[in-house]
Amino acid sequence: MDDKKQERKLKIRNIKNGISIDHITAGKAPEVLKILGIDRGFTDSVTLAMNVKSSKMRKKDIVKVENKDLDVNEINKISVIAPQATINWIHDYQVVKKEKVKLPDELIGIVKCPNPSCITNKEREPVKSIFLVKNTNPVVLVCKYCERETESLY
Amino acid sequence: MSLKHWNKKHIISIRDFSRDEIDFVLKKSALMEDKLSSSKPVKLMKGRILANLFFEPSTRTRMSFETAMKRLGGKTVGFSVAETTSEAKGETITDTVRVVEGYADVIVLRHPAEGAARVASENIKIPLINGGDGANQHPTQTLLDLYTIQKEYKKIDGLSIAMVGDLKYGRTVHSLANALESYNVKLTFISPRELKMPKRMVNRLRDKNIEVKETTKLNIGNADVIYATRIQRERFPDLQEFERVKEAYVLDEIILNKLKDDAIIMHPLPRVSEISPEIDETRHARYFQQSRNGVPVRMALLCLVCGVDF
Repeated sequence: MDDKKQERKLKIRNIKNGISIDHITAGKAPEVLKILGIDRGFTDSVTLAMNVKSSKMRKKDIVKVENKDLDVNEINKISVIAPQATINWIHDYQVVKKEKVKLPDELIGIVKCPNPSCITNKEREPVKSIFLVKNTNPVVLVCKYCERETESLY
Repeated sequence: MSLKHWNKKHIISIRDFSRDEIDFVLKKSALMEDKLSSSKPVKLMKGRILANLFFEPSTRTRMSFETAMKRLGGKTVGFSVAETTSEAKGETITDTVRVVEGYADVIVLRHPAEGAARVASENIKIPLINGGDGANQHPTQTLLDLYTIQKEYKKIDGLSIAMVGDLKYGRTVHSLANALESYNVKLTFISPRELKMPKRMVNRLRDKNIEVKETTKLNIGNADVIYATRIQRERFPDLQEFERVKEAYVLDEIILNKLKDDAIIMHPLPRVSEISPEIDETRHARYFQQSRNGVPVRMALLCLVCGVDF
């Protein structure tokens, strides 16, 4: 095993079953954990690496979670904060599916509008937030309702 | 443009309008103004009801819509203070418009929450016109602004337009700039440094090949249209700074000899001290005319969205 592989092996342990999210924008791993609903009550094994060297991204974060699957909503949420992320589904130590996240054209009910005056933040109003993706790199979203543009939602 | 295109259309944001649609509304507004000035009463909306739902105080917009509907031979119902409505009892805007849908043929809604008009429009089948949703949009104001310019110069393309005052928070200047994106105009943004036009708006205009100049000096010598806005005290934590800034952008008789002969001065009103009263009687003042222009523009829109041909 060469040095590089040895280094990676030391940093991030392989998992038996679950998901491995690679190429997360550096520094965003804790937010990915939040999206996955992983908090102190979570009992399965979670591995987190931040600011790891990456040839493609210079620096990146990685998250591996044992016995976990992802739904479309979670993948879409991840795509907003880490548009370059790759998701690997692992079964019996083998990658059985690999998918690059893709920011959809429209985010429905996924993110909360940061504008407190937006109708979508009015208590009891039966409306889901809808954001139109105006730009993907950097991510620029426009609220369909208050029409405010926003670059950072987390 | 066919009548079908406009029938039951909601008028929510100027950003939803193409240039063709704006030009069509301006053309129809001119036709409506001709009808208004003839001695024959206009009965185009006879038997129809407009519901004016004003969850925020407003004088000009509410009265202008009411006048427009009545000049068309229609009737109006509604309210103008939120405290007296069912919203005060906790009703959602969605429920309110669904109820009103059963009473009226068209709704005008003003609400402090941004996006309220779009949410409301998604829940009803009768047309809804946004009469202002917080700091977001007030499309009929922008259409009457454009109509005023078009009426004066018989064109919008080729004009030099200066916007003066609070360009950071001013809803009217943002919407006007949005609409002018599809015209071939030169824009000058004149404001104190603290109240500059948001960078993203300037960039967007430049991306559309609009020539944009930004300055803190009241250089209006080349402008065909001067669009003045109010600088609000609450934008300045330091009152002394506010007083200094306010003085720097006053349009008074001293600036008159710097203006082009046929330049017009517009203002969405109410004005406070940014245009001194001695300008009112000059050939440049158009702000009261501008406000009057709201009536034929709103008459035209009411007819269009109700599927009434004219």
